[in-house]
Amino acid sequence: MDQTEKKKLALTACEVRKGIIEGVFNAESGHPGGSLSIAEVLTYLYVKELRVDPKDPKKEDRDRFVLSKGHAAPALYAILAERGFFPKEDLKTLRKPDSYLQGHPNMNYVPGVDMSTGSLGQGISAAVGMALASKLQGDPFRVYCIVGDGELGEGQVWEASMFAAAKHLNTLTVFVDNNNLQIDGSIEEVNSPYPIPEKFEAFGFNVIEIDGHDYDAIEAAVEAAKRETEKPTAVIMKTIKGKGVSYMEDAVGWHGSAPNAEQYAAAMEELNAQSAALGAE
Amino acid sequence: MADIIKTATREAYGKALVELGEKKENLIVLDADLAAATKTGMFKKAFPDRFIDCGIAESNMIGVAAGLATAGYTVFASSFAMFAAGRAFEQIRNTLAYPHINVKIGATHAGISVGEDGASHQCCEDIGLMRTIPGMTILNPADDVEARLAVLAAAETQGPVYMRFGRLAVPRVFDENYKFEIGKGVYLNEGTDVTIIATGLLVERAIAAVELLKAEGISAALINMATIKPIDKEIILDAAKKTGCIVTAEEHNVIGGLGSAVCETVSEAYPVPVLRVGVEDVFGRSGPALTLLELFGLNAANIAEKAKRAIALKNQ
Repeated sequence: MDQTEKKKLALTACEVRKGIIEGVFNAESGHPGGSLSIAEVLTYLYVKELRVDPKDPKKEDRDRFVLSKGHAAPALYAILAERGFFPKEDLKTLRKPDSYLQGHPNMNYVPGVDMSTGSLGQGISAAVGMALASKLQGDPFRVYCIVGDGELGEGQVWEASMFAAAKHLNTLTVFVDNNNLQIDGSIEEVNSPYPIPEKFEAFGFNVIEIDGHDYDAIEAAVEAAKRETEKPTAVIMKTIKGKGVSYMEDAVGWHGSAPNAEQYAAAMEELNAQSAALGAE
Repeated sequence: MADIIKTATREAYGKALVELGEKKENLIVLDADLAAATKTGMFKKAFPDRFIDCGIAESNMIGVAAGLATAGYTVFASSFAMFAAGRAFEQIRNTLAYPHINVKIGATHAGISVGEDGASHQCCEDIGLMRTIPGMTILNPADDVEARLAVLAAAETQGPVYMRFGRLAVPRVFDENYKFEIGKGVYLNEGTDVTIIATGLLVERAIAAVELLKAEGISAALINMATIKPIDKEIILDAAKKTGCIVTAEEHNVIGGLGSAVCETVSEAYPVPVLRVGVEDVFGRSGPALTLLELFGLNAANIAEKAKRAIALKNQ
């Protein structure tokens, strides 16, 4: 990927991060940490990869995206707004009673959301069902799904994985957001899912390990998944929870709490500086 | 008199799926390693390309069903009631019902008439579980005729539907002229002293109870309530007004099922005594199905007894 393209993606990811902070700050609640850790992969998918049309969000042969870690809704809403599915201004209505941007994504309220998620472990099954539909129809679309590393504790993730491999759902790519933290602490302390790549391999996946903030690596993984003819692909992404807002980085307390006015200002200042630096290059 | 035809409603479910499969090309049937028992095996044989065995993983099956349905398929997902409504309750609640996805759940082996497998497999809680989910439709047919019509109607209904079928072969109650409509109870007998509202395999037993009561000079009305949700409030209130007391009969815990739905309806609009025949908030046990139905009081004698007590309460 050339530098111009990378810079464009990085600028969009900055906007996504600002959208996350804007939403969570205005809602006075929400999940910034695990939203910030997936900004790059969401940006890559929605800017470079997914065949989706904001003017026709239910188009039959569109690629599908399922955010199985539905609590990262602020990130999904932010990238959908960037892609023009709805006005960016609406991100400020996150979690308000009269807003369509509910705390967790609802496919009937939000243009561009392909599956209602929030209860962990369930989105991946729906993504698998979509990939099965694609297979039955001759592979007209691909299916992408993001699961959290803490989410791997849900047995249903492994039911879905066994099924996806057994049915040869090669149009399915599952990203694991391995930011190493869940609500109660580090994932090793709580209930370790490690080693993650070996588990997906044993379940019959094509497994790729990458730095989840590196666009070249994300692109290479997505392209490798598309070459797979038999197996579903699992992309294990090493990420930093809270990435981009220094005081939130790798800090377990920012899993599910909102910044106050002072913290909000500091976060926005930092993200604006990142944008400016990219623009100045 | 001709021999009484006895068929399990699960058998009618399997046949109806094949009938639907011939008409609807977008119909897909899922099962969780119980195709021979749930009778989806009939569909598997007829349409192997449109049958998916999900293995022993009911929670994932519901999610897969949802994913398929979003791509335009009409999906029927089957397992025993215990593992569909029970094991996969939250998947049904969050991944099917919250987004109101077009998936039909074919839950067989409901109630204690599962028989010898015992309490672990005898689900008497499913109606209660499903009834608390917004937008869920619940169908509990009484015989094979009604089961077939319920399946055909479910396929034409947009959104999630929970269909409850039994393992035990039960006598046919309805003839070919029977009209089935989701959300509508049907009077099978008119009466003036008490109304029996029955569902599922208790309907046939309630018909016998009406005869027992008649022999004692008691006039009992009988309503077949195949749709538990949305419940037919109109016919319940009509019965309350006409007879002043009600007995409900179902193969389900007395908590949460038809009895509860009827109580909720009358208590808010036209309070009359309601007595409930059902499993009295206990677990089942192993044994022949017909023996168990007697043991747990799911019979004509108990319905008639409760009817007399309801009348006594009314006249207090």
